[in-house]
Amino acid sequence: MNSSPIKHHTVSWLIALTLLVFVLSVISLNVGASRMNLLHLFTQPDDRITQLLFVSRWPRTLALILAGASLAVAGLILQMMARNRLVEPSMVGTVDAAALGVLLCAIVAPGMALWLKFGVATAFSVTGTLLFLAVLKRIPLRSALIVPLVGLVLAGVIHAGSGLLAHQLELSQALRSWNSGDFSAVLRGRYELLWVAAGIMLLAVFLADRFTVIGMGKDFATNVGVNYQGLIAFGVLLVSMIVASTVVIAGALPFIGLIVPNLIRLITGDNLRRAIPLVALAGSALMLVADLLGRVLIHPYEIPSANILAISGSLVFLIILLRGRKQWA
Amino acid sequence: MGLNPRGKLLLSLTALLALLSVVGFMTLNVQSDWGFIMEHRGSRLLGMLLVAITMGLATVVFQTVTHNRILTPSLMGFDVLYVLVHSLALLVWGAEQGTNWPIELRFIAEVAAMVAIALLLFRLLFTGSVRGLHVLILLGMVGGLLFRELADLALRIFDPSEFSIQQGSGVANFNRINLKLLWIGLVCVGLCSTLLFHFRRQLDVLSLGRDVAINLGIPYIKTITLLMLAICVLISISTALVGPLLFFGLLVANLAYWLTGSHQHRWTLPASVLAGIVCLVGGQVVFEHLLSSGLPLAMVIELCGGVLFIVLLLRGVKQ
Repeated sequence: MNSSPIKHHTVSWLIALTLLVFVLSVISLNVGASRMNLLHLFTQPDDRITQLLFVSRWPRTLALILAGASLAVAGLILQMMARNRLVEPSMVGTVDAAALGVLLCAIVAPGMALWLKFGVATAFSVTGTLLFLAVLKRIPLRSALIVPLVGLVLAGVIHAGSGLLAHQLELSQALRSWNSGDFSAVLRGRYELLWVAAGIMLLAVFLADRFTVIGMGKDFATNVGVNYQGLIAFGVLLVSMIVASTVVIAGALPFIGLIVPNLIRLITGDNLRRAIPLVALAGSALMLVADLLGRVLIHPYEIPSANILAISGSLVFLIILLRGRKQWA
Repeated sequence: MGLNPRGKLLLSLTALLALLSVVGFMTLNVQSDWGFIMEHRGSRLLGMLLVAITMGLATVVFQTVTHNRILTPSLMGFDVLYVLVHSLALLVWGAEQGTNWPIELRFIAEVAAMVAIALLLFRLLFTGSVRGLHVLILLGMVGGLLFRELADLALRIFDPSEFSIQQGSGVANFNRINLKLLWIGLVCVGLCSTLLFHFRRQLDVLSLGRDVAINLGIPYIKTITLLMLAICVLISISTALVGPLLFFGLLVANLAYWLTGSHQHRWTLPASVLAGIVCLVGGQVVFEHLLSSGLPLAMVIELCGGVLFIVLLLRGVKQ
């Protein structure tokens, strides 16, 4: 086996990405509407700085790292399950269904506990994802492109449905904030749900080999002794829980699950076990960059990271499409 | 060649329904003096009629030019392109004294810019090698998403505190028609629809395919460019009047094919317009007066159109 050079390659990327995330986090801790320098914590510590750091900046940075990493991994798992590298949770209805769930919570019981809201959102995004997979099944010979196409329209229909509902109950403004995620409202005590997403992500690392097998199709997976249906159901649950927790905390954060796995695949190929740590780190880095840009561009106002992610994500998608068009045409 | 009896029957029924909706829209629940009603409802009616005409014509012609029945100018991101141009124009004009320009002049400048960009994109996408339909739709949809988010970003940078006010214009709304553009819209729609109806025979030939059309003596590139120009102008008018409508064109064009059962543009073009009038004006009458609900018509139509799109896609794949 000549896997050692590749492994070496992966390790150096791992170190580089870890460093990148560290540097970005330090910058993220130092940037904000109110002036603060991390060094002052050591040279001239006072109450204001420690407050600012531990109530606002630190939770926000941590939330960014957790959300970015888990969403990127969710995208990777979804791509394995749909056997298509052009999909991601916001493009198949998972995210829109979760937002619909949060909307219904706001209608039925506005003051609902966070955990309950998370449960409802998870249930909805599971339904949305299963709907997508069911529609996919009905397409006999699927071209690589019809999969994201069906997903996008499905997401659009769910989006339109919840838009209608929100309009009727005068919740459009609220729905808009769930549909465009940003981290400006993240404070201590308001982001801890994301640890759940991180835990699920770790679980995915342990199951990586199985999801690799799933990506090779039903017959192959069954032949090597994997419980295909069960694992698909479990994968849907994992993806939905990750998506639901980020939607509840920050709102929809599109395209991380598309950009990151496709970039990392250039380095590692289709082996999930090797890819997952890199995908998680790169997801955090991307999320940190998007949020930093949003904070800096029109300082002291903020642009939601969802906006920046959607712009960069759709650009990446267009590039992938145009580069591969001969193969798809 | 005329229509078969079924087509004739359905088309005349649609025409009757369209007429009824228009009359109903103007006369139901009138409680004040007629002068006010004529002015208030009349201008809204005119706006909706313009949208029905622009969307129907633009979509049917676009589908003929691209030889398919699920691709529409809206799905290709044309209307969002207009929103983007509009936002960028605001950005530029906000800085200069250009806001003193009359709104008609600004509109014409924006349409010109949008036509230039759209023609360029169309050239890039359609004159190269043969490419799959799905690539095109995906490019259009994701490109549309990109345009929308860029427009969003432009507005946010332009004026962060005014953003939420501006953002309202990102969704189509038939209760808030931009009446200032009604007259220039009327003129442009008149010109474009005369042009398209004049080209109905060429369109019939074009629907046979590029090579056949060239063989039969159509100056292909010239005709296509002219038609695309008309489509761009029509879409800009509709978007400027009510906002972007993703699936409405798809809905009325497919209704028109189903109603007439014909490929001839002298039937499908008017049928699409009539179907659009029934959907918009009739829908508005039903929602406003019969159900007396505030359900936004645009959203309901988009929902139906989205479902239709999935159905068409699944059916197309099976074949």
